[in-house]
Amino acid sequence: MSYITGIGLTPYGKHPGKSTLDLMSEAASAALADAQLTRKEVDGLICGYSTTFPHLMLSTVFVEHFGLDPVYAHGMQMGGATGFGMVMLAHHLIEAGVARNILVVAGENRLTGQTRDAAVQTLAQIGHPVYEVPLGPTIPAYYGLVASRYMHEFGTTEEDLAELAVLMRRHASMHPGAQFRDLVSVADVLASKPVAAPLKLLDCCPVSDGGAAFLISRERVNDFAVRIRGTGQAHTHQHVTAAPSLTQFGAAASMERAKSAAGVTNGDVRYLAIYDSFTITLTILLEELGLAPRGQAGGRARAGHFSHEGERPLNTHGGLLSYGHCGCGGAMAHLVETHLQMTGRAGARQVKDASVAMLHGDGGVLSSHVSLILARD
Amino acid sequence: MTIQDWTQNTEGLAYQACPACSAVWYFRRTFCPCCGDGAPQQRQAGGRGTVHALTLITRAPSEELRAFAPYVIALVDTDEGFRVMAHAEQDLRIGERVQCRFARIADRLVPRFEKTTS
Repeated sequence: MSYITGIGLTPYGKHPGKSTLDLMSEAASAALADAQLTRKEVDGLICGYSTTFPHLMLSTVFVEHFGLDPVYAHGMQMGGATGFGMVMLAHHLIEAGVARNILVVAGENRLTGQTRDAAVQTLAQIGHPVYEVPLGPTIPAYYGLVASRYMHEFGTTEEDLAELAVLMRRHASMHPGAQFRDLVSVADVLASKPVAAPLKLLDCCPVSDGGAAFLISRERVNDFAVRIRGTGQAHTHQHVTAAPSLTQFGAAASMERAKSAAGVTNGDVRYLAIYDSFTITLTILLEELGLAPRGQAGGRARAGHFSHEGERPLNTHGGLLSYGHCGCGGAMAHLVETHLQMTGRAGARQVKDASVAMLHGDGGVLSSHVSLILARD
Repeated sequence: MTIQDWTQNTEGLAYQACPACSAVWYFRRTFCPCCGDGAPQQRQAGGRGTVHALTLITRAPSEELRAFAPYVIALVDTDEGFRVMAHAEQDLRIGERVQCRFARIADRLVPRFEKTTS
């Protein structure tokens, strides 16, 4: 058994002058304080990578910088799936008896630490260096390709996609740490600048600075412990050209593994934290995971199904689309919000029941999938 | 016959096929990703295919590519059975039949698909 016993999160947006290590340290300090643990009690470290600080040994660098003395340290690289991937690894290390309290941390000055072109070009390198990148694609273009096919197959419209951007912005408007908090309408999303058709600027998550951290422990070291009930992964391809399908990715397979380990079904789930790099990403994941029928994720959002008072609240902090996306830390903010909701600490954003939560992250172009089931038991 | 391959700066679409299990694929390797056979064949594709997915890039990733924007990137299912990413002419639709030609974009040779009736 393992528990998430502490969380730390910086605001996302601009943190001029702060480095990767600054943002990691800030989040890690907050997580330690939340868990009421000291550095000496941390005996494991797992950290994500940073594109602005691409060090070969980031976990060891952070051990030295932050002042740790762990029995296990490890840096992980799974794109957007890294945050939940680190939680999965921490869970198994705890269960295997390797460590007692593992710090999971990521941070990056992705917005202010480089030019916008540098960020766009670095991220486009998830594409194939010989067969894709020379053509001049971008991350939004890879997802624009996926969106065109998905919309063709299931009748999803640009308005349907926009509903999810509107929802995430509404949620972010209630969180002081969110990068974008001004409400937007479906018309605003449709009128936003074209990026990679059918995706427009407001269909895309921003680039952000920020950091996030968790403590994963063997014992319930405080009153805010949330149990990791089940975890799963799936990896079907790296490059969109080689994806076996543009309508069925590895998400469902990954989540089946997590649900099977947790002994829960979709009917048990009360709260959702789903990766939302683009509106099409969130649409596909909600539908592939069986949380909305094919073609109906946008309609369900419009009907209030995923709102705070709805049947299944989703990303109540605003998601990547509006809280922001700083790389590995991006989806970690989803888990921080889930933890606050599950422990009744979400303040004005508190939902009625978040006793069982489903979390899903993906990296690449819906390439690497990690699923988590958390429970307050 | 020499295989023409745009990734080697010659005008053609090359792919690989496995003599052992008949799998075909696009990204060059020294083995078959399906069965592991160590002697895949290099083959020349005819260049005909069907549009599987399309995007129009308005926001290009670099200064040299901005001069070409907006440009279409497509995924095309070739008649030989592998999928390729390429440039494409504007106003194509998913499901449309296309033929591969070649163009120079930012001083690189790239495949570019155009409508065909066959």
